[in-house]
Amino acid sequence: MVLRAEKIQKDFLRKTKDSNVFTAVYETDFTLEPGKLTMLTGRSGSGKSTLVNMLSGLLAPTRGRVLFGEQDLYQLDDEALSRLRNQHFGFVPQGQSAIMSLNVTENILLPYSLYGDPAEGLAFAHELMERMDITQIADCMPAELSGGEMRRMSIARALIRKPEVIFADEPTGDLDDENTETVLQILKDIAKEGAAVLLVTHENAARDYADQIIEMSAGRIKSE
Amino acid sequence: MKKLRSSIAYRNLCRRTGRSIALIILAAFLSFAIFAGTVAQHSLKSGLDSLQNRLGADIMVVPKQAAAHSDLENIVLQGNTGYFYMDEDAYEKIAQTEGIGQISAQFFLASASSGCCSIPVQLIGFEPETDFTITPWIRKSYDSTLNDMEVVVGNDLNAFVGDTLTFYNQDVHVAAKLDKTGTSLDTAVYMNHNTLKTLLQASLDLGMNYFSDIDPDRVVSCVLINVADGYSIEEVLNDINIHVRKVKAVQTRNMISGISGSLSGISNIITGLAVAIWVLALVILVIAFTMSANERKKEFAILRVSGASRKRLSRIVMQEAAMICFAGSVIGVVIGCLVMIPFGNFIETQLGMPYLTPDVPWIVVVAVISLVVSAVAGSLTSIVASRKISRMDTGLILREN
Repeated sequence: MVLRAEKIQKDFLRKTKDSNVFTAVYETDFTLEPGKLTMLTGRSGSGKSTLVNMLSGLLAPTRGRVLFGEQDLYQLDDEALSRLRNQHFGFVPQGQSAIMSLNVTENILLPYSLYGDPAEGLAFAHELMERMDITQIADCMPAELSGGEMRRMSIARALIRKPEVIFADEPTGDLDDENTETVLQILKDIAKEGAAVLLVTHENAARDYADQIIEMSAGRIKSE
Repeated sequence: MKKLRSSIAYRNLCRRTGRSIALIILAAFLSFAIFAGTVAQHSLKSGLDSLQNRLGADIMVVPKQAAAHSDLENIVLQGNTGYFYMDEDAYEKIAQTEGIGQISAQFFLASASSGCCSIPVQLIGFEPETDFTITPWIRKSYDSTLNDMEVVVGNDLNAFVGDTLTFYNQDVHVAAKLDKTGTSLDTAVYMNHNTLKTLLQASLDLGMNYFSDIDPDRVVSCVLINVADGYSIEEVLNDINIHVRKVKAVQTRNMISGISGSLSGISNIITGLAVAIWVLALVILVIAFTMSANERKKEFAILRVSGASRKRLSRIVMQEAAMICFAGSVIGVVIGCLVMIPFGNFIETQLGMPYLTPDVPWIVVVAVISLVVSAVAGSLTSIVASRKISRMDTGLILREN
């Protein structure tokens, strides 16, 4: 299913020299297509994360709407939107992201723990761990993992529900070159398998994996 | 249970064992304070009620030399051993006072701690024919007539039915053991007038009685009176004090007014302590839950992007608090039971007040109420943390790494 943003804009209340409103993202149209890895790049503060948060249903736009298929995300109540996010979206956050009291397998199965039965996803979790080469750490706690292992675990968690849209916000931020390439290749493969992948990154290396590159500057999309 | 153990809230508590134990102990203070405080206050009140019931008379008349309030209170209320006597003529004059409904004499003797006596206790003799204060109470444990050289022992004494006790080298048989009253009456030994006269004579023969020149057949220690209908207690009391020499009539209600005042003071202290513990514990719990939620903001953000609704996040915080507070409340109530029930006598001795531990059904009800109130109040302290987490800006938290 296509994720489409129509004329979305995000304003925040913040006192500046000229007004009390700060516009993080100016009126923008945006489409994420299945089977494509879209790279979103730009300087810090350019509005990339705000755009991702609006697209992923975490931050309501001030204006405009975000459609997943024909469903306007922000017409749904929090319960329904959360469920939709659980079943159709995968999110790889920046930095180390793990529930520290759960082991690697349980972390990967987290979306199933929220809705459904973790046992349903266990076989696919093993498959993903094999693909991410983290089978040997299945029972380890997050505190025992390296940065690369933690990131691969986080990608596996984002994929466990076989989502149609993947948001990856700076997934290679603190990884070495080898791990960066591994993570980018995994995201590329996921896109090839039919998911719409939005990759937010500063990494030049990611350009080689992207199907389209979008640059943001001062809240506006500069080039596509 | 399996679902609970696999819940994120439970797993988080297990991961931070030290912090969880500290919070459980804090929560235990809540239920302990409410349970122990309620049991202590109720026990003191029951003890006082029991004492009032056991005294069972409107007026007590004693020799003038024993009328100093503290002497009388020491013997009758505090359980100190002692004795005093007045001539039987005084009893007869008192009996002629207008407005007397019931009247009966009692006889006191203190046993000694030397070899002639099994235990140093207060011995109380009564006249079975006229008695209206001790007999109804003895009837609850012993429905036969108390024969000569038979005694009934108070509940706290280490003597049992069938035992033989020795007072001033005279053997007496334990016919019954009384129910607990929570007062000094639990440490006394009761007998009929004849038995007490025999022991009194024996104490005189052994030269162990302070009153060496008394005639056991012609003395009484105190006279208990119930006023007849239509007469006021003050009226009869004044009449006795004016017309009968060398005695002092006192209203039994006034005798326990001192104890009642002390009880009210202790009760206020207990309430004050419980309130202080509650305020302190609740404030610490609010801070602890808020800090814990703040530390784990990123984890909550991950849950949010994985599909947890705001309500769900809120529920996880509340669940953790509920588990902590329930476990703490159970422990607090159990410790409360272990302290307040077996150590009732010790508390009574330490406070020097009548203290009657409530019966089991009452304790169970208070335990359940304490548990529920503490668990709910403790859990509610996580509302601040829970609201904060449910309103957090997920995107901002994820970028804060």
